[in-house]
Amino acid sequence: MRNPRFVDDTITLKYGAGGSAMRALIEQVFAPGFGAVPGGIGLAQMDDGAAIPVGDQWLVITTDSHVVKPVFFPGGDIGRLAVCGTVNDLAMMGATEPLALTCAAILEDGFRRVDLERIWASIRTACEEAGTTIVTGDTKVMGRGELDGIALSTTGIALASRVVSDCGLRPGDMILVTGTMADHGLAILATRAELALETALASDVAPINGLVRVALAAGGTDIVAMKDPTRGGLASALHEMAEKSGVGILLDERAVPVSDEARAVSELLGIDPLLVANEGKAVIGVRRDTAAAVLEALRAHPLGRRAAIVGECLAERPGNVIVETGFGRRLLGEAEGELQPRIC
Amino acid sequence: MTANADRLEFRDPVRGAALEAALATHARALGRSPVSIMHVCGSHEQAIARFGLRAAFPPELDVMMGPGCPVCVTDVPEVDEAVALALQGVRIATYGDMLRVPGTSKSLADARATGARVDVVYGVIQAVELARACSEPLVFFASGFETTAVATAAVLRADPPPNFSVLSAHKYIPPVMEIVAEMPGSKIEGFLAAGHAAAITGWGVFERFVERHRIPVVVAGFEPLDILAALVRLVELIAAGTPTVENMFPRCVSREGNREAQRALWEVFAPQGGRWRGIAHVPNGNLRLRDEYAAWDARRRFDIDLDGLAGDAPPGLAAQCQCGDIMAGIASPHDCELFGRECTPDAPVGACMVSSEGACKIWHRYGGHPDLRQIQRRA
Amino acid sequence: MCLGVPGRVVTVNGSTAEVDFWGVIKHIRLEICDEPVVPGDYVLNHVGFAIRRIPPEDIGATLAMYDELLGRSRLDDLMAEDIRCELGAAGDDT
Repeated sequence: MRNPRFVDDTITLKYGAGGSAMRALIEQVFAPGFGAVPGGIGLAQMDDGAAIPVGDQWLVITTDSHVVKPVFFPGGDIGRLAVCGTVNDLAMMGATEPLALTCAAILEDGFRRVDLERIWASIRTACEEAGTTIVTGDTKVMGRGELDGIALSTTGIALASRVVSDCGLRPGDMILVTGTMADHGLAILATRAELALETALASDVAPINGLVRVALAAGGTDIVAMKDPTRGGLASALHEMAEKSGVGILLDERAVPVSDEARAVSELLGIDPLLVANEGKAVIGVRRDTAAAVLEALRAHPLGRRAAIVGECLAERPGNVIVETGFGRRLLGEAEGELQPRIC
Repeated sequence: MTANADRLEFRDPVRGAALEAALATHARALGRSPVSIMHVCGSHEQAIARFGLRAAFPPELDVMMGPGCPVCVTDVPEVDEAVALALQGVRIATYGDMLRVPGTSKSLADARATGARVDVVYGVIQAVELARACSEPLVFFASGFETTAVATAAVLRADPPPNFSVLSAHKYIPPVMEIVAEMPGSKIEGFLAAGHAAAITGWGVFERFVERHRIPVVVAGFEPLDILAALVRLVELIAAGTPTVENMFPRCVSREGNREAQRALWEVFAPQGGRWRGIAHVPNGNLRLRDEYAAWDARRRFDIDLDGLAGDAPPGLAAQCQCGDIMAGIASPHDCELFGRECTPDAPVGACMVSSEGACKIWHRYGGHPDLRQIQRRA
Repeated sequence: MCLGVPGRVVTVNGSTAEVDFWGVIKHIRLEICDEPVVPGDYVLNHVGFAIRRIPPEDIGATLAMYDELLGRSRLDDLMAEDIRCELGAAGDDT
């Protein structure tokens, strides 16, 4: 049911939301004519990063920009988000030992120094957790009103002996998530003053390269696809994996771990947790026989305690995700643009 | 946590499976197919779609959505009033769903794109807060059925700021059930009534309907067990040929309803006949501000100039839009040529594709009625 | 339009109340609630207003009603019989 004339004359907010509109924009505007990597993974694959063969290894490279509001949110800030986003994208490609990160900052005239220092301290902490550092960067300042506060852009590079794509699924493979869903996006949404909610919900933003390392150690080449469910949530990640792999996915909604706090906020706002961004989680596709071993390895790690097997791949309905609700079944949709609360 | 436990009890999968089995048994026992049941609540359709209940309904049962999406049934002239005000420079606050509903030629979103001040709010309380925070006039474009209208009424009775006013597009559901039941070719054998609206009005309001049309009405809640149990009861009543009103949502609904809320509602609003988008005239279907509240009525405070909108030709696709038939339960979204092709949530032609409670929007998001029963797990 | 959600009253301050929805607190207005509420009561919230006090005894009564409905149904086939046994077992835990 895709609308063929997808990219409008003006680029509106929905094109940044991580869903089908954004993918169409990349396909139709950004990617054509660019980015082929012979023998590797390039722009056309629209994976979490690129992988360039260098000798008998792979150079994995990824880039991200961050404009989150509010800049400081429960559980983190834009600095932590920037580092973790990039470290995690590398990890999703199978590159769990980052060589280095870059960080460019664009600031608005009037940005407070104490805030900048706080963000930088947070970046330092996140780098330490991930076992990496910032080696180069850039600084720009724009006029007041020309930029909203701060924007960060990070690039990460790593070497990997094996690259994991997001398109290697086959019917029969199992789908795992490494922990609770929807914490980040709902924590951010709940800060909106007009919603008048008081909640302890916090973002899950964290570097998960260590977690992915243990999963890869347990699963080896039986881990055939990985993706981090950021904007667009688990729904977006599963749709992409299903479409690129040419399989259907049957998702058991009851098996998807969601914290009580996140469940409460999602019910109150009328937002489906499956559509909400995560910043410290991964979706992993594993060959059926190794799924239990990978699950055990994840759960033994502090960041993977709530890991769960949530679905399986089918030959039927390629590209579709079917949700088992416990009362029936439905097709999983995708977020259309920014998530709007339905309930007051 | 007790509240969690209470909620979860109405999502108990064991009872759910049993109720689904009971529903299948009863439906089969009717000995004819399909048996058409209509609900008139966007939230019911949301719940049915979200829990994938249709994949579990027996094939003999056709549970249709009627005109239960308040945004979808807001008529073109009503949208035009809001758009005209916005283009005249008046600041408008509206529900997010209403922003992109097309009027004769423009939606509020279109007006905003040309510089009009349109704010999206989550409720009337937030609209009042916006009005308090500024000095210019602020008009709340109030859509929604009686459950939402009572909130607007409460706010108007509580001394809102002088710059605040209401453009009421509120609607009242019971009259439209009469219209739908009387439509030629209507095969509806039972109605599921919306539990939250009934919490306000009481289930007594349906007694006259049942007497006149000899069709059973069951009041239903919104959890999966509530919906399934209500359907089982409704099919039982259809089988027995018993036209009666039954309340399957006693924890929230009584026969008299919420007297305090009713008092507020009818003090502020008066029922008026009017067109519902695609449905034609519904006597007493619209709620308009009474004379006592004229000071807060945007229609009386402002001189709304609709002429400016008449010149633009309506979009050509609108003629093919089947929202009216879909809302009356005569057609389903798949019957519409435009569904999923020229008409999508990104590029909606009709209101049903705009609102989060519109049948077309819900079908598009949740995948309509694909037959998902056959898919097998391997494990 | 919006979905009514039930929550538990924590404190009452005149015409507003702090209501707990599974651990999330929201302030709700009480002007059009059908009955006076006290902390511990459940209310149905709709667009920031309590539209009904939910008597806690009614929750159990609703479930009993559903079970009675199931008991009345002609569940002839074996699979349904299994479900009925499970249901009976589950009922003992609540």
